Amino acid sequence: MLNLPPYASPLERLWRVALILLCAMVLLYLISPIIAIMPLSFNSEPYFTYPMPGLSMRWYEDFFTDPRWLDALKSSLIIAISATALSMVLGTLAALGLAKANFPYRAWVMAFLISPMIVPVVITAVGMYFFFANLGLNNTYFGIILAHTALATPFVVITVTATLIGFDQSLNRAGASLGAPPLTVFRKITLPLILPGMISGALFAFITSFDEVVVVLFIASPDQRTLPRQMFSGIREQISPTITAAATMLVLTAAAMLVTVELLRRRSERLRGIRS
Amino acid sequence: MKKQMMIKGSVAALVAAGVLATAAYASGSLTVVSWGGAYQEAQRNTIFKPYADKTGAAVKEEEYTGEIAKIRAMVESGTVSWDVISVDTPTALQGCDEGVLEELDYSRIVDKSKILPGAALDCAIGSDVYATIFAYNTTKFQEGPKTIADFFDLEKFPGKRGMQKNPMNNLEWALIADGVEKDKVYEVLGTPEGVDRAFAKLDTIKSQVVWWEAGAQPPQWLADGEVVMSTAWNGRIANAIKEGAPLQIVWDAQAPDLDMWAIAKGTPNIDAAYDFIAFASTPEVQSALAPSIPYGPTHLDAVALVEPELAKTLPTHPDNLALAYPFSAEFWGDNMEELRARLNTWLAQ
Amino acid sequence: MSVTTFDLVQSSLKARLRRAERMQRLRAGLLVLPLFLFVLLVFLVPIVILMTRAVDNPEIADNLPRTIEALAEWDGTDLPGEPVFAAFAEDLRETQKTKNTGLVGKRLNYEISGARSKSLQAGRAAEKMESGPYKEAFLALDPLWGKTETWSAIKRAGSPTTSFYLLKAVDLQWSPAGEIEQVPPDQRLFVDIFIRTLGISTLVTLATLLLGFPLAYILATLPPRHSNILLIFVLLPFWTSLLVRTTAWVVVLQTEGPINNLLLWLGLTDEPLQLIFSRFGTVVAMTHIQLPFTLLPIYSVMKTISPSYVRAARSLGAGPFRAFWTVYFPQTVPGIAAGCLLTFILCLGYYITPALVGGPSDQMISYFVALYTNRELNWGQASALGAVLLCATLILYAVYNRLVGIDKMKLG
Repeated sequence: MLNLPPYASPLERLWRVALILLCAMVLLYLISPIIAIMPLSFNSEPYFTYPMPGLSMRWYEDFFTDPRWLDALKSSLIIAISATALSMVLGTLAALGLAKANFPYRAWVMAFLISPMIVPVVITAVGMYFFFANLGLNNTYFGIILAHTALATPFVVITVTATLIGFDQSLNRAGASLGAPPLTVFRKITLPLILPGMISGALFAFITSFDEVVVVLFIASPDQRTLPRQMFSGIREQISPTITAAATMLVLTAAAMLVTVELLRRRSERLRGIRS
Repeated sequence: MKKQMMIKGSVAALVAAGVLATAAYASGSLTVVSWGGAYQEAQRNTIFKPYADKTGAAVKEEEYTGEIAKIRAMVESGTVSWDVISVDTPTALQGCDEGVLEELDYSRIVDKSKILPGAALDCAIGSDVYATIFAYNTTKFQEGPKTIADFFDLEKFPGKRGMQKNPMNNLEWALIADGVEKDKVYEVLGTPEGVDRAFAKLDTIKSQVVWWEAGAQPPQWLADGEVVMSTAWNGRIANAIKEGAPLQIVWDAQAPDLDMWAIAKGTPNIDAAYDFIAFASTPEVQSALAPSIPYGPTHLDAVALVEPELAKTLPTHPDNLALAYPFSAEFWGDNMEELRARLNTWLAQ
Repeated sequence: MSVTTFDLVQSSLKARLRRAERMQRLRAGLLVLPLFLFVLLVFLVPIVILMTRAVDNPEIADNLPRTIEALAEWDGTDLPGEPVFAAFAEDLRETQKTKNTGLVGKRLNYEISGARSKSLQAGRAAEKMESGPYKEAFLALDPLWGKTETWSAIKRAGSPTTSFYLLKAVDLQWSPAGEIEQVPPDQRLFVDIFIRTLGISTLVTLATLLLGFPLAYILATLPPRHSNILLIFVLLPFWTSLLVRTTAWVVVLQTEGPINNLLLWLGLTDEPLQLIFSRFGTVVAMTHIQLPFTLLPIYSVMKTISPSYVRAARSLGAGPFRAFWTVYFPQTVPGIAAGCLLTFILCLGYYITPALVGGPSDQMISYFVALYTNRELNWGQASALGAVLLCATLILYAVYNRLVGIDKMKLG
């Protein structure tokens, strides 16, 4: 576990132990707040404090019977799935274009396409709120989907671009010179190689939209109230432990996505021969 | 080829998104906006659900914390998604002045003469009488605070206080605690020196104040021990006590005011909005609210229906009313914007 | 002759190659075009609109046109004459009808504290004024209308564009004499908030580096089967909704929450500490959220550092700490720069976490952009603050692009 070279001195060993202890505490700091709220979702009483007087499933029942939570879940899914689909198409196309040799002003174009990820989301949200008001897009699903697509596409561009780094363009040329039409080349050669990146990108895009609350705060009406928006007002306005139930389910979803992305990344690296 | 496929794909995605969007948008239902927490729950059980059952119309609920700005932003940007809004009296007056609330046609609601004097305004009709009071956690003191001056006394009653992030009531209380007589409050507050004096008094407890925005926060904070005392709306505290929280209401210098129904200007659902308000203003519906949360009715026939035992817990009971200061909605209708901007600057400094 | 044929073949080949290359570029451009246009329309245009709002100034110009016209002649030394007051009365009667008196008053109130309620009062009075002299009527109504500063403020606020909001965003204003000066101390706010935003961002960045660097080092030097498991601990929070993590901190930091319970139980404190609604809570929660962003770039750089360098240094006689400091550490600097810069940039725009975990004196600039948009409805001020924040972000983004390169950005 210490993983030290044989020539390490006792002082060095001591340092290493101290370092490992420090890291254990950092890991605890990272994970404990997330773990701490999970049991609270099974609390029989409506408080957020330990120790819990008893266990019950009432907050989960609440979640799945309260139309406000269910509507929020539905809105979130509609928006996140549409935004993901849209950003997949736009992002993958752009990443393929950017991967071509000597793309003019590549760094600047890339910086521009990624900028929605960098610009403070409040600025984006307020700007969209003013702009969409003129177009009648505030308080519509369509407006939120457009906004979330803008915020989510950078993730697709980045992940697909990453899988294209080290992608040997001569593979495509070889396919074409053997007589395959472009679509076949794409389907048989490019797609399998970038697919892991696309799926990771899709998951990132999905979770970006699914978690987004600031833009929704500004441009959505009660009809498009999303899950994070419902949680936000839950913490600020109407405090109920159903939030911890929703949070627990979201953590489990995140864990599932994380595992998927990790498996895909390894598969992609293996396919491209980066790591055996 | 592949490009074409992709383009086709993106067009299909756009169209699909558009179809989804319009489908969801077309399902227009009446949106009623209120103050969240125990109050909205009481309204849900005694007004929203009975109304939905009776008419078959879906009532979509939203919560807010009383910001007129949200209403005005919607009206000004032409995207009105709120239909019926529960407002306090200053907001009703200001909203009417600024043209963001519909002027009400009382012939579509109720006989105006049957409503408490002062509760039937041009743009809003009173739904119930509530009060802003302060309350404390009884486990934190052997002998609890009795007057508003005690609220500002950190020596006698140490601990965090909750206050609403709003100048209304807080400035009056600061002046009363500083020795201004209850009926002279607005004389003093109407001058720049008076405002300075109120902020100076607030300065003395600033470090110990936690600011709330939603009415559900004070009872929760009091019960959780986050604060030892807090300003609050009386019904929220009364309901928390009913659920077993060790809290006590102090009626000294209470500020009684009205919750009112108003209609956002330019709503596409104006007929449904009138229908809803007319339903909510019937004496039967009004008198059902008080047993769920101790706010008094405004319809004179409903006032008579309130049980005497329950009446004692209402802000309008003579014993409680005697302690009130003469809250002026007109003062706040004119001065809210300025004083709120000042409070926000003061808070952030 | 054969030479010419060769030349011909060569030049046509060159031309064909060039054409092929052009075609390829064109195709690449076409692939990028849809997203480019999309970002332009849905993202850039709204931001440009926001920026123009920072100098837009329609309230007085639109609603008091006659007054502004009458004031054009006025030199600003003495109180304006009857024509200005008559125009003012007529404008106010109009705004009473359009219900815009409040808007006019609100705009004037930015320049003169207390002007909103006085304007509403003047509007109501103007409705009742049948005929002149209007000057006397207004002077009798309130001393505000008898001050030359009031009228120079109205004149200044009447131009269709203004530098008012941008100046105010850095606590400056035009003095009545027409010079730029600091706003009075009780209104100074935004410089402090920018400093606060930078301070919190710096603190969080340092904290993520201090906690992230050792962890990245351990992860990079452990055998993969161990480090992969530990990496999950870093990545799970990264994938968990920001709101869920913020909720978690709200719960954990409560006055009677788990941390205070533990501290009381251990006897480290006699009474619960104020952790939530505090600067401490804000920094702890933000550090938790940003830690993976700092750690991951450092980790991926460390993974590429071959252990043989340190081994060589050791075999040449360097002690363990010297070998680390002079051989290993310098190689991690690109990772540190990338991670810290990204975290710092993202911190500048934080809104949700401070809003839920912090107190009023822990709010950062984004909070005020939202406050002025939603609550104060002072869109000019919101836009001006947004403009300053955007500039700061873009400058740092350009630095990031230069130092790190945007295509090096990695996720997960």
